Amino acid sequence: METFTIRARARAPLPGTGRQAIVGVVASGNLEILLERSETDNDVVVDVATSARGFRAVWEAVVADFVTRSSPGGVRFSIHDNGARPDTVTLRLLQGVKLLETQP
Amino acid sequence: MRDWTRQKTERATRMDAAAPFADGKVVAADNATDMLRRVIKSGDRVCLEGDNQKQADFLASCLAQVDPADIHDLHIVQSGLVLPEHLDLFRLGIAKKLDFSYSGPQSGAIARALDQGKIELGAIHTYIELFARYYVDLTPNVALIAGVCADRDGNLYTGPNTEDTPTIVEATAYKSGVVIAQVNKIVDKVPRVDIPGDQIDFVVEAPRPFYVEPLFTRDPGAVTDSQILMAMIALKGIYAEYRPKRLNHGIGFATAAIELLLPTYGEKLGLRGEVATHWALNPHPTLIPAIESGWVEQIHCFGSEVGMDRYMSARPDVYFTGKDGTLRSNRLMCQNAGLYACDMFIGSTLQIDLAGNSSTVTPDRIAGFGGAPNMGSDAHGRRHVSDAWLKAGREAAGGAGPLVRGRKLVVQMVETFGEGMKPAFVEELDSLALARKLNMELAPVMIFGDDVTHIVTEEGIANLLLCRNADDVEQAIRGVAGYTPVGMARDRAKVEALRQRGVIRRPEDLGVDPMEANRNLLAARSIRDLVTWSDGLYSPPSKFRNW
Repeated sequence: METFTIRARARAPLPGTGRQAIVGVVASGNLEILLERSETDNDVVVDVATSARGFRAVWEAVVADFVTRSSPGGVRFSIHDNGARPDTVTLRLLQGVKLLETQP
Repeated sequence: MRDWTRQKTERATRMDAAAPFADGKVVAADNATDMLRRVIKSGDRVCLEGDNQKQADFLASCLAQVDPADIHDLHIVQSGLVLPEHLDLFRLGIAKKLDFSYSGPQSGAIARALDQGKIELGAIHTYIELFARYYVDLTPNVALIAGVCADRDGNLYTGPNTEDTPTIVEATAYKSGVVIAQVNKIVDKVPRVDIPGDQIDFVVEAPRPFYVEPLFTRDPGAVTDSQILMAMIALKGIYAEYRPKRLNHGIGFATAAIELLLPTYGEKLGLRGEVATHWALNPHPTLIPAIESGWVEQIHCFGSEVGMDRYMSARPDVYFTGKDGTLRSNRLMCQNAGLYACDMFIGSTLQIDLAGNSSTVTPDRIAGFGGAPNMGSDAHGRRHVSDAWLKAGREAAGGAGPLVRGRKLVVQMVETFGEGMKPAFVEELDSLALARKLNMELAPVMIFGDDVTHIVTEEGIANLLLCRNADDVEQAIRGVAGYTPVGMARDRAKVEALRQRGVIRRPEDLGVDPMEANRNLLAARSIRDLVTWSDGLYSPPSKFRNW
């Protein structure tokens, strides 16, 4: 198990008013993400706990691309990863912000 | 004076020696090994029928029992080397040289045996390439084949798994060789004659039915969201774009996902009747929903598939069947169909390099080629046109020249990371290291880059037809290679320029929404769903049942 935190700045705060959302499952090759609107302005925090060691550079690249593509300002992501591939991570991150955005 | 009939004389001598062990053409199972001792001589070329699926397993175990002091240095010429007994022949010193096509489950054992010098390797062929050599310089002296049943005259019913049998028998029987068939049962009258009795010398009723490997069953329950996304990208960016009506699918999960998306996402795109109507394809259970939804006109099969027999017998308008009602497959014919009569091949691979060359070889496994290099190649002898073929050719030519011929669409679908987070995109194929280690003159490459037209990953499509030089190709490949080291080393400006030219197309460029990529889009989400779609006609093997 490896844990680390990645910080980034988004272009804008995430629209919508949803406070909290959860997507994915903790299964082999998959991951679970908890999203909380707990950061200020455009700050993005991603806490990663992953079963696969040695992929921090890949995580940083995935998060950087995701923050550019989406705009999840003010959101803290807590990730429990069980060997998901980067494309699955991206998909779950996108699904997560969509859910948080559209929540009442 | 030269004797022009040595082969016929030799054959007669062997047949006479074997006669005491046979009652006419019928040989009792207990006598099979003794009969083989009389029929086979050291140094013979022997085809021990191992097809992709059907295995002459009883005759293989009999041959493994001969004394290597009596019979040795056999040259094995067979398409599939997939049983432990096949390797035993080399381990025991009965066989020495090998020419083959596919090894599947024995890929690790073959690599070890080559490394230890137990096997003298001729070449790894494609199926039709090896079949072709049966008629030129690798004609078998003896063929040991498998069928469902035979009568006492040797008329043979192969069952739905006809596969390679007619091709092997033709080459052997008409060149003074000896053909021996193992059958599950000797009967008074066969349901249909797949091989006429006068091409068969001996029949043996085996103690148990021959082994058939289920190779083409993909459980919809194991299809991932990423594979669904890739299938959507392929349907929108390639099927809808080029409209290939005649095609072949590989056996991976990505193409299974396409099959399961035809009645849902494909229907939404309005593609029914416009694409994928005529197939050279094994009986994929995952195609059942599309067949039942009216997508498919007809399918010719290389082999059969365990559990699909009743379904295919009930759909003779779609499948090729005999007068007895069961499927007739034929690997040679179907490979030829895939080579010359299909506009598209789409399949998966393990590794792709920066020039688009692909391979399934890893440092310790030699799986062989099977049919993929033929399915996945542009047939330069093709002379008939189709819209898909011409469109691909024109893209490659850039509109230049008065004589623009078409191109076959050869599409590789790969997830950027394979099992165990192994990157699918590499600077150098593992097969090159293997070739150096084993002193092979030609590294095993499944599909050469110059035949590949498109690469599809979860990041998008790289259209190699529109690339104008090696640098374009490299950056196009890096540009869809995701977060692999090859993908991370992309030149971002060049990749963006390729995207502007339409060489690279992202899901958003195609109007594909990744959020839609989930299992609700599959026409069947389990093996059980496939059974329901088939009206109960499909009976999956027990390892795929959970009920």
